[in-house]
Amino acid sequence: MTVLTIATLTLREASRRRVLRSLAVLTVLLLALSAWGFSRIDAEFGGLTSGEAKVAGSTVLNLVMFGYSLIAALGTAFLAGPSLAGEVESGIALAMMTRPIRRWSVLLGKWLGLVAFGSGFVTVAGVSQFLIVHLTVGYWPPHPVTGLLLLAGQTAALLTLGLLFATAISPMASGIVAVGLFGATWIAGVVGSVGEALGNPSVAQIGVVSRMLLPTDGLWRGAMNAFQDPALLAQIGTGVEESPFLSMAPLTPAYLTWAAIWTLLVLGLAALGFHRRDL
Amino acid sequence: MEAVTDSPAVWASHLRKRYRKRVAVDGVSFTVARGEVLGLLGPNGAGKTTVIKMMLGLVRPDAGEVMLLGRPNTDPRSRERVGYLPELFRYQPWLTAGEVLALHVRLAGVAVSDRDRRDALGLVGLADRAGDRVGGFSKGMQQRLGLAVALVARPELVVLDEPTSALDPLGRADVRDLLLSLKQRRVAVLLNSHLIGEVERVCDRVLILDRGRVAASGTLAELLGRRQLRLRLDNVPDGLLGPCERNGDRYTVAMPDDVPALVADLVKHGVRVHAVEPARATLEERLLDILRTHPEEHR
Ligand SMILES: Nc1ncnc2c1ncn2[C@@H]1O[C@H](COP(=O)(O)OP(=O)(O)O)[C@@H](O)[C@H]1O
Ligand SMILES: [Mg+2]
Repeated sequence: MTVLTIATLTLREASRRRVLRSLAVLTVLLLALSAWGFSRIDAEFGGLTSGEAKVAGSTVLNLVMFGYSLIAALGTAFLAGPSLAGEVESGIALAMMTRPIRRWSVLLGKWLGLVAFGSGFVTVAGVSQFLIVHLTVGYWPPHPVTGLLLLAGQTAALLTLGLLFATAISPMASGIVAVGLFGATWIAGVVGSVGEALGNPSVAQIGVVSRMLLPTDGLWRGAMNAFQDPALLAQIGTGVEESPFLSMAPLTPAYLTWAAIWTLLVLGLAALGFHRRDL
Repeated sequence: MEAVTDSPAVWASHLRKRYRKRVAVDGVSFTVARGEVLGLLGPNGAGKTTVIKMMLGLVRPDAGEVMLLGRPNTDPRSRERVGYLPELFRYQPWLTAGEVLALHVRLAGVAVSDRDRRDALGLVGLADRAGDRVGGFSKGMQQRLGLAVALVARPELVVLDEPTSALDPLGRADVRDLLLSLKQRRVAVLLNSHLIGEVERVCDRVLILDRGRVAASGTLAELLGRRQLRLRLDNVPDGLLGPCERNGDRYTVAMPDDVPALVADLVKHGVRVHAVEPARATLEERLLDILRTHPEEHR
């Protein structure tokens, strides 16, 4: 009951704050830009076989989807911080937390609201993008639902981390640290796949370890895999796995389980941190 | 387990809190009976806000226990019938005043009709601002909203931490009327205020904190002592007035049972009576007195 009240409140906050407007503007920009880009691919390379156009479309789609995942991650991480630490700092939490409610239910409510917000964004932006790609180069990703779910999972993982930081440090700092770590694991992931391509196991290990520590990059790779056509990969052959915008293998169930456990663990830690915090 | 209804509104025992090296609250115990108004006084940094926050479960005490309305304060249900106006009052700026009240009513888990919610805003003079975003409110308006939030869910205990700090004179008068009406409805109140006159008018008992400890506590009568009578006289024959304090033509005596008889007696003895007024040490004088008893510990 309290959880739902707070979740609704968080959604209302997201919709009324400027964050939503900035997100909407960025998204529309990216959508427009990609629509223009995809139509150029079609026009300039009119001579491409439909197969080649699809490879190009598939790769560029992943590039653009990375843009959305970045927007979603930034947006929710910067919502998560202020919405928890900001309320403590400003004093909004004082009157709220003296109601007959438990702190973990407030935290869970905020988390649910933010996850709903992030997933909603990913779905709207992703589906619009799929339609654009379909209309311009005639490409439709093989597993759109799985891919969007994984992107939503990536957003959820990052905002959970943002909430954990928000129980300990200031609102802005928590957003910045969460986004910084997100970027760092992405880079570590790229470094790791370069290591794989060069057959250097110790460099490849960097990506593996960072994907365990913060599963955002792993989930992102799973999403990419769901968006690209496996037949196309086979067609263009090997030698592309070092590209940060192609992923050769789908995620294993074990990794998905780990990502879920990781998120719950971080959420639990955040609840503990919030419970012990003096307001 | 049902809460015992004849338990006090607040029972706090040996509360302690240390922030790093600074001891903010050191062994504070007190009770607030049902329907009683307790004034919490003391200089800045005495630990009043910290005591209130520990009481309400916002700050974890290092030691001590609190029962609110018959339940330990570790049980959220102990706060079902508690209203609180924090010293630092802020409400979701993206909500309207009406929405803030609705949110608190929902979180409190009580049924409050639309009319009662509007009445709560009316009570603090915000009736016509219910649809406006809190972000556009002045400090004083936010404090008024905070009062409405504290009162909206039919509380049996109201905790007000400096409720008039941002209010205009009219608002202060409103708060005094509110306090008196709470007292009439037998709602227990814990009031932390620097307006000693107000405290003296509405509080049944007073708790004075100083450097984290209880410096004094008791009913106003206990703290302020017996009432006195102040007179301005001349032409007083020696020994006529009995035990009294004299300062020029000003005399202070213990309050007699029959003031007109005393005056008649004085006139009969040829004393010229210029002024007669009842007097009592004010709470302010007492407070300063108590706080200055350990001057060597103050810097
Ligand atoms: N969050 C905090 N961190 C560190 N010190 C604090 C904190 N809150 C209060 N204090 C210290 O505790 C003491 C009591 O503060 P407070 O309860 O706010 O006093 P009052 O409300 O009586 O003015 C002060 O010395 C203050 O500096
Ligand atoms: Mg204070």
